[in-house]
Amino acid sequence: MDKARFVYKKRLNIPWLFIMAWRDSRRNRSRLLLFIASIILGIAALVATFSFGYNLQNDIDRQAKTLTGADLVIESNKPVPEELQPVLGRLGDERSQERSFASMVYFLKGGGTRLVQVRALDGHYPFYGELETTPVAAAGRFRNGREALVDKTLMLQFDAQIGDSIQLGDVTFAIAGVLNKAPGRNTISTTVAPPVYIPLQYLDATGLVQKGSRIAYNYYYKFNDEEAIQNVIDTLEPKLEEAGMDYDTVEERKRNTGRSFEDFTQFLSLISFIALLLGCIGVASAIHIYIREKISSIAILRCLGVNSTQAFFIYLIQIAGIGLVGSIIGAITGTLIQQLLPIVLEDFLPVEVAVSVSWRAIAQGVALGLVISLLFALLPLVSVRNVSPLFTLRISYEHKRFSDPVKWLVYLLIVFFVLAFCRWQIGSWAQAIVFTTGLLVAFLLLAGVAKLLMWAVRRFFPASWNYLWRQGFANLYRPNNQTITLVTTIGLGVAFIGTLYFTQDILIQRVSLTASGNQPNMVLFDIQTGQKDSVAAMARQYDLPVLQQVPIVTMRIEEVNGQTATMVRADTASRVSERAFEWEFRVTYRDSLTDSEKLVSGELPEPVTSPDETVYISVEKRYADRVRLNPGDTVVFNVQGTLIPTVVGSMREVDWQRVQTNFRVVFPSGVLEQAPQFHVLITRVPSPEVSARFQQAVVQRYPNISIIDLGLILSVLDDVLDKIGFVIRFMAGFSIITGLIVLIASIFISKYQRMQESVLLRTLGASRRQILVITALEYFFLGALASATGILLSLVGTWALARFSFEASFTPQWIPVIVLFIIISLLTVIIGLLNSRGVLNKPPLEVLRKEA
Amino acid sequence: MDTILSIKNLSKSYQGAGRTLTVLHDINFSVEAGSTVSIVGPSGSGKTTLLGLCAGLDRATSGSVELNHVQLDTLNEDQRAQVRNRYVGFIFQNFQLMPTLTALENVMVPLELRGEKNARARSKELLDKVGLADRLHHYPMQLSGGEQQRVSLARAFANNPRILFADEPTGNLDEETSDKVERLLFDLNQEAGTTLIIVTHNLELAAQTNRIIRIKGGTIVSDERKAS
Repeated sequence: MDKARFVYKKRLNIPWLFIMAWRDSRRNRSRLLLFIASIILGIAALVATFSFGYNLQNDIDRQAKTLTGADLVIESNKPVPEELQPVLGRLGDERSQERSFASMVYFLKGGGTRLVQVRALDGHYPFYGELETTPVAAAGRFRNGREALVDKTLMLQFDAQIGDSIQLGDVTFAIAGVLNKAPGRNTISTTVAPPVYIPLQYLDATGLVQKGSRIAYNYYYKFNDEEAIQNVIDTLEPKLEEAGMDYDTVEERKRNTGRSFEDFTQFLSLISFIALLLGCIGVASAIHIYIREKISSIAILRCLGVNSTQAFFIYLIQIAGIGLVGSIIGAITGTLIQQLLPIVLEDFLPVEVAVSVSWRAIAQGVALGLVISLLFALLPLVSVRNVSPLFTLRISYEHKRFSDPVKWLVYLLIVFFVLAFCRWQIGSWAQAIVFTTGLLVAFLLLAGVAKLLMWAVRRFFPASWNYLWRQGFANLYRPNNQTITLVTTIGLGVAFIGTLYFTQDILIQRVSLTASGNQPNMVLFDIQTGQKDSVAAMARQYDLPVLQQVPIVTMRIEEVNGQTATMVRADTASRVSERAFEWEFRVTYRDSLTDSEKLVSGELPEPVTSPDETVYISVEKRYADRVRLNPGDTVVFNVQGTLIPTVVGSMREVDWQRVQTNFRVVFPSGVLEQAPQFHVLITRVPSPEVSARFQQAVVQRYPNISIIDLGLILSVLDDVLDKIGFVIRFMAGFSIITGLIVLIASIFISKYQRMQESVLLRTLGASRRQILVITALEYFFLGALASATGILLSLVGTWALARFSFEASFTPQWIPVIVLFIIISLLTVIIGLLNSRGVLNKPPLEVLRKEA
Repeated sequence: MDTILSIKNLSKSYQGAGRTLTVLHDINFSVEAGSTVSIVGPSGSGKTTLLGLCAGLDRATSGSVELNHVQLDTLNEDQRAQVRNRYVGFIFQNFQLMPTLTALENVMVPLELRGEKNARARSKELLDKVGLADRLHHYPMQLSGGEQQRVSLARAFANNPRILFADEPTGNLDEETSDKVERLLFDLNQEAGTTLIIVTHNLELAAQTNRIIRIKGGTIVSDERKAS
């Protein structure tokens, strides 16, 4: 055979590669499945979230019309101008109207009072879906007489029965039925002020509608010809805009509802994705060890003529196969878990969500699992290409260390994949980059800490310490150690859980603060000018302090520096923001600052004494910046038809965190005294009993006054946060369990090396206790370092969230921090010891034979 | 006679800890097709390194290796792998069988790699020849050392190699088993007409070859041929 006859042909022989992959994996399949188990939960969480999201979207589409209950809804927070009334009266084929506002209900039987949302309804709304009531007939019957539908939580709270009476203002209504659900509303949205439906014809008689009352006017329309709706909107829109009114259609509501739930499911899917990424680190680490164990097999194959690509594919096929199995198991688990999500999220959902198998979600989950497990496995797998056949001759042959450019390509691919996934979920490159960078920084920090630990232990090795401690320490940096993997996965899991916990804590703390000490905890509003003094006297009668009593006038901006809203809209160069005209202001008048305010420019003006004087107003700085108002600007306000010209005289910083009335615009005294207004009184009640007695007395005497009991709000908020927290913890739980599986898998794969060393130690005479202590110390160091770094990351993360997002202060509670640290450290030690128990309990020879 | 292996000015050095360690220095020899050669020398003399270079498992620092008229130093690792698959067989001291493959599958690998249709039948035939017809489906860990080395022999001859490299083929076996394996090795070699190069400490084994190359400190100190 001569030189000319050797022609190199690169052949892959794919069927043979599959056969070899199958043969080679034979004795390792259960181990491989354990490695891949790390991604099962991540995939399960994602498939569950995706399925839930798709099912929810389908159901929103299917039940779209019940979200609004009508084809078109026209909304206004002031009475409809007279010129528009005939137009609105002619719209649609069927029409209905509703006025809604917050007020106090009084239960005659038990004497209980509570803030409710009164909905005075006329017509046959809802046209789609129904008011779900017990008895069913009550939904129709209450419209005909002096009867009401009362929310089921209210009925339970006051132990009310159908047929009992409630009082709203001056009118007593019989309870016709229990309201279980109204179209498009979820349970959470009605917890602060549960709804009470009454017929519109009795509204005036209640006496609750007075000047300055904040009432929402809703007009509902049904169209037999759906195509006519758009024409109607096109004609009506300019008129509605001019009158400061808004409208809502089925499509728009569908879009908005879909969007808000999309945000929520995206949030859940990102949480799930973190679980998946944690699992992937586990996979990469496990495959790394697996490939190290396979080096001699790869070297034999290389000796026999297998080329680098073939060797690479033999293992790639194994990982792909097991990745596929893992992803399918994950997808099945996810589909099962999905059954739980609608139950967990029940209170937040505006529509009934049917649980059905989403093949789209399953396909996405499986594809994602396969791709991501392969991507992460590629990191150790690419080194297969570089295994030298020389390993067959020299076991100690040191593989040349060089930086494989393909490895960097894989790193890039992983980062790009994470980025692309986030972009797909969030829909914004900027946010996806922030999320990915955050993750990357956390990973790098944790990996850096682990490397630093290994370096520090080596550098400052405590040579004089007891042998057991030294051995435990040395285990942190010896070959095939799991330090980086465990510190990264456990650390990231802890950081994640810690951040969720602390963030929830900030929110709760922020609210709890207001309920503590001498902070105000009760707000009375809608007090008419004539009632102001006697309400204050009543409070004092109950030994309640009048902490604040302020007048409130409702107004809108008509002109800024001579420009109206229409002019600003037309003038693209205008400095004034269009948004300035959109707000309806609640304004007060006084000549001093409150303790939550700080003057940042100008001076508070003296009281206005003559109609010719310029009215200098004080504007909140942040609002002024937002709508681009500067000191010296002229602003004309429209107070229920009366125009009041003013000049911006000063700017204030306001601490909005305090429970008290705060205002964007403050007028000087002497201007608004005669304008339609209501008053707010803020007090502090010492106990729920006093609160109940005082509320009862106020409502009986002044039925138009509404009362917000912060104690009640706090308990409602606590409940809501608890429910949201449960959902988040439920999803974050996948990360914790994934972290544990990675921990188990990591310890399991390094078991063989540990075993050899432990057996050697035992052969040399080490006692069971000594080996136990060495192992326990090693895992304790790992667990302690990982959880400490994770906690530190979560504290920094939460501080950043508190500082920049919630604008709140963050003082961590140290007990949960310590508990989290101890639990994670102990868990690591326990799992480490459980995995090593084989070495401890059996004679060395038996272990060696079994593992050979 | 045709030359199957030609080594010219071969040197191998390793870089480590700031100094260069030369393991082989200016080695020259050639081997005729069908001959049997042993390379002997004390531990650390460089004989295993030499075997690795001759078989194309590693690259020389300088000099050239021509195997079956193919210049190995001009080929990359994948091309050398194909050369090994076509022309070379190996026997190792520690057998180097794949633990997850049965005896039969281990022998089949080189044939399957070449895409040969009758890989199974030929492998069975070879295992029958080495006396393991009843152990076809056993995994390496279920076989004794001697049996494993016999599987390794069957695998080495499976692809009808032009040259067979054996690294201490009996180094891990007891005397009785060694004798059997040696006999089998020489018998199969004679039958196939393969060139055999053995690296060994065992002078008795070396004495059975036509030629003995002694190596010490990385250089050839003697090259003795038996009178035929």
